[in-house]
Amino acid sequence: MTTTQHHHAPITTPEVGGIGHNVRRIEDDRFIQGAGNYLDDIVLPRMLHMVLVRSPLAHATINSIDTSAAEALDGVVAVVTGEMLAGYNLAWMPTLSGDTQAVLATDKVRFQGQEVAAVIATDPYVARDGAELVMVDYEPLDAIVNPMQGLEPDAPIIRDDLEDKADNVAYEWEAGDAGATAEAFATADRVVTIETHYPRSHPSPLETCGVVADVSPVTGQATIYMTSQAPHAHRTVFALVAGLPEHNIRIISPDVGGGFGNKVPVYPGYVVATAASLVLGAPVKWVETRTENLISTGFARDYYMKGELAVTAEGKILGLRVDMVSDQGAFYADAQPTKTRAGLFHIVTGSYDYPAAHVTTKGVYTNKAPGGVAYRCSFRVTEASFLIERLVQNAAYELGMDPAEFRKRNFIQPDQFPYHSPTGFVYDSGDYETALDMAMDMIGYEKLRAEQARARAEGRLMGIGIASFTEVVGAGPSGEYDILGLKMFDSAELRVHPTGKAILKLGVKTQGQGHETTFAQIVAEELGIPATDVKVVHGDTDNTPYGLGTYASRSTPTAGAATSMVSRKLRSKAREIAAHLLEASPEDLEWEVGAFHVRGSPESSVTIQEVAFAAYTNHPPGMEAGLEGVHYYDPPNMTYPFGSYIVVVDLDSGTGEWKVRRMVAVDDCGVRINPMIVDGQIHGGLAEGFAMSNMQWITFDEAGNCIGSNFMDYLVPTAWETPRFELGETVTPSPHHPIGAKGVGESATVGSPAAYVNAVIDALAHIGVRNIDMPVLPDRVWQAIRDHAE
Amino acid sequence: MEITISVNGTDNTVDVEPRMLLVDVLRTRLGLTGTHIGCDTTSCGVCTVLLDGTPVKSCTLFAVQADGRAVKTVEGLKQNGDLHPIQAAFKEAHGLQCGYCTPAMMLVGSVLIEENPDPSEDDIRWAISGNLCRCTGYINIVKAIRLAAETVAASS
Ligand code: FES
Ligand code: FES
Repeated sequence: MTTTQHHHAPITTPEVGGIGHNVRRIEDDRFIQGAGNYLDDIVLPRMLHMVLVRSPLAHATINSIDTSAAEALDGVVAVVTGEMLAGYNLAWMPTLSGDTQAVLATDKVRFQGQEVAAVIATDPYVARDGAELVMVDYEPLDAIVNPMQGLEPDAPIIRDDLEDKADNVAYEWEAGDAGATAEAFATADRVVTIETHYPRSHPSPLETCGVVADVSPVTGQATIYMTSQAPHAHRTVFALVAGLPEHNIRIISPDVGGGFGNKVPVYPGYVVATAASLVLGAPVKWVETRTENLISTGFARDYYMKGELAVTAEGKILGLRVDMVSDQGAFYADAQPTKTRAGLFHIVTGSYDYPAAHVTTKGVYTNKAPGGVAYRCSFRVTEASFLIERLVQNAAYELGMDPAEFRKRNFIQPDQFPYHSPTGFVYDSGDYETALDMAMDMIGYEKLRAEQARARAEGRLMGIGIASFTEVVGAGPSGEYDILGLKMFDSAELRVHPTGKAILKLGVKTQGQGHETTFAQIVAEELGIPATDVKVVHGDTDNTPYGLGTYASRSTPTAGAATSMVSRKLRSKAREIAAHLLEASPEDLEWEVGAFHVRGSPESSVTIQEVAFAAYTNHPPGMEAGLEGVHYYDPPNMTYPFGSYIVVVDLDSGTGEWKVRRMVAVDDCGVRINPMIVDGQIHGGLAEGFAMSNMQWITFDEAGNCIGSNFMDYLVPTAWETPRFELGETVTPSPHHPIGAKGVGESATVGSPAAYVNAVIDALAHIGVRNIDMPVLPDRVWQAIRDHAE
Repeated sequence: MEITISVNGTDNTVDVEPRMLLVDVLRTRLGLTGTHIGCDTTSCGVCTVLLDGTPVKSCTLFAVQADGRAVKTVEGLKQNGDLHPIQAAFKEAHGLQCGYCTPAMMLVGSVLIEENPDPSEDDIRWAISGNLCRCTGYINIVKAIRLAAETVAASS
């Protein structure tokens, strides 16, 4: 049983700035003064510059590589090839999903943009000149540019580097119960089907990926500055790949200019630069260009999905069947939990209660860039949420019901939590109808439906689209979730200094989410030390406890919980010290944020700052001095944020263009630590959802040439196109998280694409349109209208 | 070749190759790393600086084109040691997340509110439409620029 609350008053004062306060971000001071320290800002003495030579072809055998002209160029220090790396056993590396990936190609190139050689020079302009001079002789091969081609029986085997590989299948995985689902379908009145392609996209943070590798030839110490969302995991991967002793590797992830999943994988450039630094004895910098970022690193989505929903004539869902084929590119290189090969895609049953579901998935190698990263999404939850929310809308149409009403008939009810889903998740808490009602109220749903009826009579097209999504985030419980065997707990280390100021060290790493403020607020809440007195340190593996990093909306559910728990550990110790100072027994002390006082005599009290001072100057005999601790938090369950979004669009039947008139987003991410930051996260996600539904995708021609290799072809919306958003909130705390928070960084990217697309389809539903794939481009809309004209 | 650029009020004489981009001179020769690089096609705007008071994309100018001219970067926004109202407003209105687009957004915003002290939402969105942001959905950037305009209006 859970309760939905609206804002409750913060328990701390604004000066302390605990949970619920819009503390202005501590990190902003450096950013607004141009004093951020991003990867490319790092300059080390004697630093060299690396540029990668990339394949212009999607699939080809490498006959030879001639580096002599490049080597002869003044300023070029070295040219590295795969053959040279093979000498160090570094030509291939493991990926975060357990595959292998070429660092520099030795035998073949398998996608356009693949890394073939590296030119290292004293100056970045010269390194680029050198890269132009590397001559590679290729023998072109036929390219496979979609997974259906890859599954054809006579398709060439892309991964012939893998022993005995006889097909192009990267993985196969299923969830749910086939038999029970077949039974559900057998008793259904109607089966509603949708087939849709969630197109290839790219997170494209405005800062591209890069590295400055500094390996000391004297001590063997490797200091690797890199754009990393997961510095500790990357350290371990480096130890495994490069065979460097892990204590001699220090990963520093400086200020990161956006990540969104793009900076989770380990990229060949990182490894080559590190190897080059080791051999050359000088720091080596590599920074991608935008084109390199778009053609070679961390694409997202590219799921071909077929969903079938079994329903009764009264509008009850009985079961769901999903078959999904993913285009993985040439290497299965996204970070995936070991036990779930298509991430958390099996959350596809959504916010609805029905007994049976069966999900089959297959990943296919193609001659396209590797990745499949979860772009602002918890391991493929975005694709899942899109599919079910598109399906329920179509089911409502088939049954002649209102899509909101159909959802309400099928929502999991508040008293059903914890809810066991048919694919094996245990939803922690939720109140879906309240969120949908709030969104409908805010947008004026009934009025809009009336307007729509009038508009249709007048021949005007407008549509109303809903998405009532449920996410699964916060990976995760160590029994179920690991990456390459590394359990997905996270950590926090807290030290309170004698003067009552504190330093908090985290295994996660912000890329703009505001950790330096939010996590300080958790300490403020738990200990009463003002948030502005807490320094948050992250992104430096030598100075933070182990953790798996920031992606999949996991920082608040895991490291946020760890921060709470370590603060409480310190509070327990503080109680003992306070008892000593007050000459009372610890049980007789009462805690009110920031101070202990003796029960019944409030004048006899000590502040947390006084206790901190005593911890170093006057601690009880027999007690360890100091006030510090560490906590590794292993979450008992995932968290399940949810929300309801409603979009209204006006559609021009002549051109097929559509405009968002209004977008209302009601989110429930549990307790909100800093509501201002939460809203900001939602704004960003809503914009990215709009981007994917409206304009943003990466395509390839038949030869495997990437169309979408720069910001002129890969369209990222500007302020002019981006809709204006209206936010609402409900608060249903997570029952198992120490402060009831659920995570929010991705909710809006997960939930919103279906809302936008549903709105466009809704504008055309009366003429029989049931699907247009994303991005819903004007020509596609125009064509759909033509196809359905009487 | 030798060129002299006034940057944030100080003359700098540097010897550059003719092909060197202004953004690289600012970042690597003058150490002004608040100006960023985000693309290769003049699309993202994170490299925006003011050239004789006008926003330009410094990735699309050769440094030699700035010879004898005045450049202002984010490092020159402060006024007499105090934050420029646009800087204060970006923090106050949560107009930034990762901060990568922020210096450029603030420079463009500062020019807008000088030219148009009472900008509408559309005015602001149009003014920053050459600058991408991947984090904020622009909502709070628009609010921040509006807030800065109001702050300036209230203090004058
Ligand atoms: S770096 Fe993108 S416009 Fe200049
Ligand atoms: S704040 Fe990250 S790109 Fe704008």
